[in-house]
Amino acid sequence: MSITHAIEVEGLVKKYGSKTAVDGIDLKVETGEIFALLGPNGAGKTTTVEILEGYRKASSGQVKVLDFDPATKGSAGQRWRNRIGIVLQSTTDAADLSVIETISHYANYYENPRDVEQVIDEVGLREKINAKARELSGGQRRRLDVALGIIGSPEILFLDEPTTGFDPEARRSFWELIRTLKAEGKTILLTTHYLDEAQELADRVGVINNGKIIEIGTPQTLGGRNTAPAKVSWLENGKQQVIETKDPTTEVIRLNQRFNGQIPELEVSRPNLEEIYLKMIGELK
Amino acid sequence: MKFLGETLRIGILRSGLELKQFLRQRESVVFTLFFPVILLFIFGTVFKDTIAPGVTFSQYFVAGMIASGLVNTGFQQLAITIPMERDDGTLKRLRGTPMSVSSYFIGKALLVTFLMIIQTALLLFFGSVVFDLNLPTQASLWWNFTWLVVLGSACSTVLGIAFSVVPKSGRGASAVVSPIVIILQFFSGVFFVFTSLPNWMQQFAAIFPLKWLTQGMRSVFLPEEFATQEVAGNWELGKTALVISVWLALGLIFAIKSFKWSRE
Repeated sequence: MSITHAIEVEGLVKKYGSKTAVDGIDLKVETGEIFALLGPNGAGKTTTVEILEGYRKASSGQVKVLDFDPATKGSAGQRWRNRIGIVLQSTTDAADLSVIETISHYANYYENPRDVEQVIDEVGLREKINAKARELSGGQRRRLDVALGIIGSPEILFLDEPTTGFDPEARRSFWELIRTLKAEGKTILLTTHYLDEAQELADRVGVINNGKIIEIGTPQTLGGRNTAPAKVSWLENGKQQVIETKDPTTEVIRLNQRFNGQIPELEVSRPNLEEIYLKMIGELK
Repeated sequence: MKFLGETLRIGILRSGLELKQFLRQRESVVFTLFFPVILLFIFGTVFKDTIAPGVTFSQYFVAGMIASGLVNTGFQQLAITIPMERDDGTLKRLRGTPMSVSSYFIGKALLVTFLMIIQTALLLFFGSVVFDLNLPTQASLWWNFTWLVVLGSACSTVLGIAFSVVPKSGRGASAVVSPIVIILQFFSGVFFVFTSLPNWMQQFAAIFPLKWLTQGMRSVFLPEEFATQEVAGNWELGKTALVISVWLALGLIFAIKSFKWSRE
């Protein structure tokens, strides 16, 4: 039997007039995985996700989410929405309603809603249950958005830049929430421009820039990080010298012989993921 | 059938939620619900003249304010709040759920109905207690009142939904919508006796439903003899029903065709 894919995208193109926002994306997301679409602002992340969510129509290409074309109109499209959960980029709606009022109301929309109290506990809003949305902090507001995203017990959850504007602590605790959702078996498609977020959460990462997917890989192998050349630097003739090499050990021995002992200010470093990422998106600009 | 029932059920739930949100926004409560009462109080106190035997200006004004109330709670309120809901993400979020768009419209229509009942009751109460408004005693007049309210608010609601695509943003919506309503009120004989307005103003106003609604409301609340003081020398109820129905039909087509979930 073949692996079932929660999301299948082939040759997706989205044009706005003469501007191409998404320029031929192929993508397969497996059921139960967290897939991160990583890219700078304006790379085409949100456009791609909004096509998958059924908000926008593709200019061309094939899109299947849970084996269904999200652009389908009418009651079939509505039924399909029972199976997906959407957490949009920052919103300020329902400001005058309390956490419990909003979540209980949205539960009515779904055929198979989850228990409201349980969802409130899961997203960590128990203490704010009667607070109005306008009184919540940025992080709490996002938790409410997630609660509304999961209240219909979706099979797949879309999270569009969920932690933008968070302080580091709020981000860490939000990541815990996402891991909990994954543990429940949900497929999660996450967009982010934070590399550490993709690295922390995702099973696989797709780097997107200028409407194209540059690379898809695990956070460990992205950009050939595991085989990337190391940098060796030292001080010579009053200047910092740097070379890149696949074999830093041999290089250091060679230097050691040349200096006949101590190598001044020797440093050997492997590129971190951030450097690789910046290089990847920089090259294509 | 199950689908229809579900759409209606969610629409009713939405109207409850909408009303809750409405009542929690102090500005909207004051602006939409109490403003006509405040205006009635000001105009009724300042203009004490009698405009015809047994008809004071405040009576004339109450009839006009009840008609304007339909425009306030329907057209004005919706054409301002829907763009705001488009901006703050309400509509986009709803679009991403299995809720049907019909439920959203049902919710809005019921909200307008609630608000209109509250506002009309306030105006009738203050009008009759403070300004000697004579409530009709004949059943036929109450029947006219009922169809005018039902037709008028339906028309006002669909036009509000249709017009909600015009304001570019939620913040600017009030600045676009309110002047239109105020100008129509001036032209339609709410603040002045209609027949005292310049002829071009009268003819301009006659294109829009508010003029006909105010005239219809005068037929309910003013003595029968006053009909001779109207432009046509009678209440023109048949024409009123026709003009409002045409606007209702046009508004409905336009609302369905042009409704936008998001600004893009």
